[in-house]
Amino acid sequence: MSIMGTRVVRTEDPAFLTRGGTYTADIALPGALHLTLVRSPVAHARIASVDVAEARSAPGVVDVVTGTDVDLEPVRMGPVGHAAMVRPFLATDRVRFVGEPVAAVLTEQAYEGPDAAELVIVDYYPLPAVVDLQAAARDEVLLFDEAGTNTVVGFGLEKPFDEHLFDGCDAVVTAEIVNQRLAAAPLETRAATAQWGDDGRLTLWCSTQNAQATRAEVAGWLGIETARLRVITPDVGGGFGAKIGADPEFALVGWLAQRTGRAVRWSESRSENMTGMLQGRAQRQTVTIGGTRDGRVLAYRLDILADAGAYPRLGAFLPYFTRSMAPAVYDIARVESRARVVATTTTSIGAYRGAGRPEATAAIERAMDMFATEIAADPAEVRKRNLIPPDAFPFRTKGRVTYDSGEYAKALDLVLDAAGYAGLRAEQAARRERGDAVQLGIGLATFVEITGGGAFAEDASVEVHPGGTVTVLTGTSPHGQGHATAWAMLASEHLGIPIEMITVRHGDTDLVPRGAGTMGSRSLQTGGVAVDQAAAELVELAKQRAADVLEAAVGDLELVGGAVRVRGTDASVALGRLAETERLRTEATFDSGAPTFPFGAHLAVVEVDVESGKAVVNKIVTVDDAGPVLNPLIAEGQRHGGIAQGIAQALFEEVVFDPDGNPLTASFADYGVPSAAELPSFTLLDMATPTHLNPLGVKGIGEAGTIGATPAVQNAVVDAVAHLGVRHIDMPATPLRVWEAIRAGSS
Amino acid sequence: MIPVAFDYVRPESVDAAVALLGERGEDASVLAGGHSLLPLMKLRFAAPELLIDIGRLEELQYLRLDGDEIAIGAGTRHTTLEASELLDTECPLLPAVARTVGDPQVRHRGTLGGSLAHADPASDLPAAVLALDGTVVLRGPRGARRVPLTGFYTGVFSSVKEPDELLVEVRVPRTGAAGWAYEKFTRRANDWAIVAVAVVDGWVGLVNMGPTPLRASATEAALAGGASIEEAAALADEGTDPPADSAGSTEYRRHLARLLTRRALTTAGR
Repeated sequence: MSIMGTRVVRTEDPAFLTRGGTYTADIALPGALHLTLVRSPVAHARIASVDVAEARSAPGVVDVVTGTDVDLEPVRMGPVGHAAMVRPFLATDRVRFVGEPVAAVLTEQAYEGPDAAELVIVDYYPLPAVVDLQAAARDEVLLFDEAGTNTVVGFGLEKPFDEHLFDGCDAVVTAEIVNQRLAAAPLETRAATAQWGDDGRLTLWCSTQNAQATRAEVAGWLGIETARLRVITPDVGGGFGAKIGADPEFALVGWLAQRTGRAVRWSESRSENMTGMLQGRAQRQTVTIGGTRDGRVLAYRLDILADAGAYPRLGAFLPYFTRSMAPAVYDIARVESRARVVATTTTSIGAYRGAGRPEATAAIERAMDMFATEIAADPAEVRKRNLIPPDAFPFRTKGRVTYDSGEYAKALDLVLDAAGYAGLRAEQAARRERGDAVQLGIGLATFVEITGGGAFAEDASVEVHPGGTVTVLTGTSPHGQGHATAWAMLASEHLGIPIEMITVRHGDTDLVPRGAGTMGSRSLQTGGVAVDQAAAELVELAKQRAADVLEAAVGDLELVGGAVRVRGTDASVALGRLAETERLRTEATFDSGAPTFPFGAHLAVVEVDVESGKAVVNKIVTVDDAGPVLNPLIAEGQRHGGIAQGIAQALFEEVVFDPDGNPLTASFADYGVPSAAELPSFTLLDMATPTHLNPLGVKGIGEAGTIGATPAVQNAVVDAVAHLGVRHIDMPATPLRVWEAIRAGSS
Repeated sequence: MIPVAFDYVRPESVDAAVALLGERGEDASVLAGGHSLLPLMKLRFAAPELLIDIGRLEELQYLRLDGDEIAIGAGTRHTTLEASELLDTECPLLPAVARTVGDPQVRHRGTLGGSLAHADPASDLPAAVLALDGTVVLRGPRGARRVPLTGFYTGVFSSVKEPDELLVEVRVPRTGAAGWAYEKFTRRANDWAIVAVAVVDGWVGLVNMGPTPLRASATEAALAGGASIEEAAALADEGTDPPADSAGSTEYRRHLARLLTRRALTTAGR
């Protein structure tokens, strides 16, 4: 019986749930020094002086380092941005966000660090903070004087918008929408440990989603050959995109280890994480939608002003994806978009679960609802009217990407049927009629997203050892996704060897020198396919070897239960036996050449107490079609987590800075990560439309929840109070915001 | 997240704890459940030189009838309040409020005395005991004194308790069958209240409507004068000074105080 598509319980979980994993902070090296960073308490300032004399004489202090001691060149850390927008590894003459490292304190014991760090005296001359995006775009206060502008990059800014875009539209609606800044808030904060060997090589243990890219970045920053750096990622306790690539602290730890000749450990506190780790989203959008009174959308425009934070990183590029996905699941004749990305004196923006696509989906899904309201039509009917039909695939979009496959209307119908849409509308009407304090809102989102974008190739090797155990090497390293189970299933399917005998190894650049890592919901459709192919090739290799041993033609051999057997006989040889004479190992590289486009539909039902403004989600029904599912248990876990984070953005979470750039949400008391108590059980419906872009037919599932659930919940909240004159409520739809919207609507 | 160095003592009795406070009260903090104090220390917002740990003193962990009152040892944990059959019968507001504090971990560590002494205006139990017209018993080098909670709080995180005094007992009246309700308004289940309202027998306590827990005096007076619930609740924010933050403007908190008071009075009146 095939193991594919079965609910195999994750083999990694017993250890995680009992003794715990081994994380970077658990790597104990004898004699290692502990790094404590002195971080800027002000958002924007010139540094007049840094006095470390007193800190140097504090108990346990081995070294105190300031920006002028560090001989590493400041570097541009993102894929886009002005050449002058570089970041030093410790601030020298200027700080640009609260939390920027200014000095490094090295102590024998971890507990000695914070005491000594308090003795470092930094003189700051405050400069005006730049927090508001429109103010940043006006360039009145510059973060990087040499750049002459705060604009990091523009997409589509070359030509003006088409004045005639909405010609012929009976109804046109426009709105300003905030897609707020979010914190990734992984359970494991950032950490790195570095040790130089006698061979002149640096070993860096760090918490990252991609060891190989981290190696290239850190080696470049340190100015050493890539071959002299070995990056090892032990267990990683969540990343959500914020652990893509290296952080500057990683290189600093390596540099300090060289300077002191000792191993150096760094593990940040939660407070540091809430200002130091990359954050996500942070777009202000102006959406305009127009169409006919009978529900046909003719034109759509998306104008984006996005936040890069202080030092541009990956996040500055992500509005590119938002533009690509702007038209979403709809066949709209005229679409245009542009994006301006600006630097501000705040924490840098990176990727966060969905990374550019949730922003696109949130914009058009709000726009579709507002358009439906404008023409007094049912939002489900308006969506159906405009969905790309199933016979149109592959479909070249106005976002200039090619959707591989999709059955959008079918997904929406499944969700509407399962939720009892007509009944919900009737219940809503009854409550409105009665004027209940608790009103019902029904929110929809139909969505499509990109997965496996950016990096299409991935390697894998599969080796059967004497004795019959198997090792799989992969460049896609997990930070919670379940690769150990999933990749073992793929190998087991071909080899007939139980998954308990298969070990999946990853995240050590000496062992796996090539790989792009785990991000963008890419693993299964790249690394997984490579494992599948390597295992298939191993079976062929084993048959060739067994043909000699069994004195049979290759064509007469079959693989059964981890052995090669002559068809119809008892003559067989185990794979482990074949490995005794010569290594039984194959490698494969799979290059999809293009991303895939999973899709789905989400329906959210919320109850809003119109007297207090509090919204409670009481039903979520989703289709998340990512093609055939390898392990439903793991895929459902991904959907659950994504939906939870979608609800979190819609109702709870927001990183807030005051006008002076001070973070107001730097702890879990202030940053609203929801718990199970705030979430309903989710109804997950199954649909599997394969892609032609890889032999398994699979797409990515990791981010669907944040893309579909977020606007569904937001739409539901607005829908619940629409009869009170409310047209839009920005996320998170907190009780305060909902109450204020109702008051404004009724007045 | 590493606190400033401190000394730690675990006295064997209340007498020993009080004696220690008499010597070093100015530099010391009393540690009971630790769920308020330890995070403050780890964030270095608090840096006591000495921690006096009373968390294991069994003589502070009791709950008994005492005439018309219920006497509760200051070290009694929230979980004990939650599970108390005596309180369910004699003072059902208190276990109901205790059930809304933080999360199970917090309620297994936190103590009634600690919550009242910490004087956080956003905490649940102080406003509940205030609504109950409760009393605290303080012990210090000069002996013991009883302070009604209405005269206990002086500001945010401050009270009339002297640094050398220990809060040893909380006394609340037996309210029996009197109507009661607790309306706690939060975004997340384990958050501090944006606003909360405790009602028992026509008395009303407000959470997070000023620098200290407050009584809605105007509402109480209106009720005593025969006003309807709607009329009385409309006065709930009178004399309050609510804070403004990202969870709520002062105006929103005033609205919530009126709304939650109306709902709590309605529930209590059933």
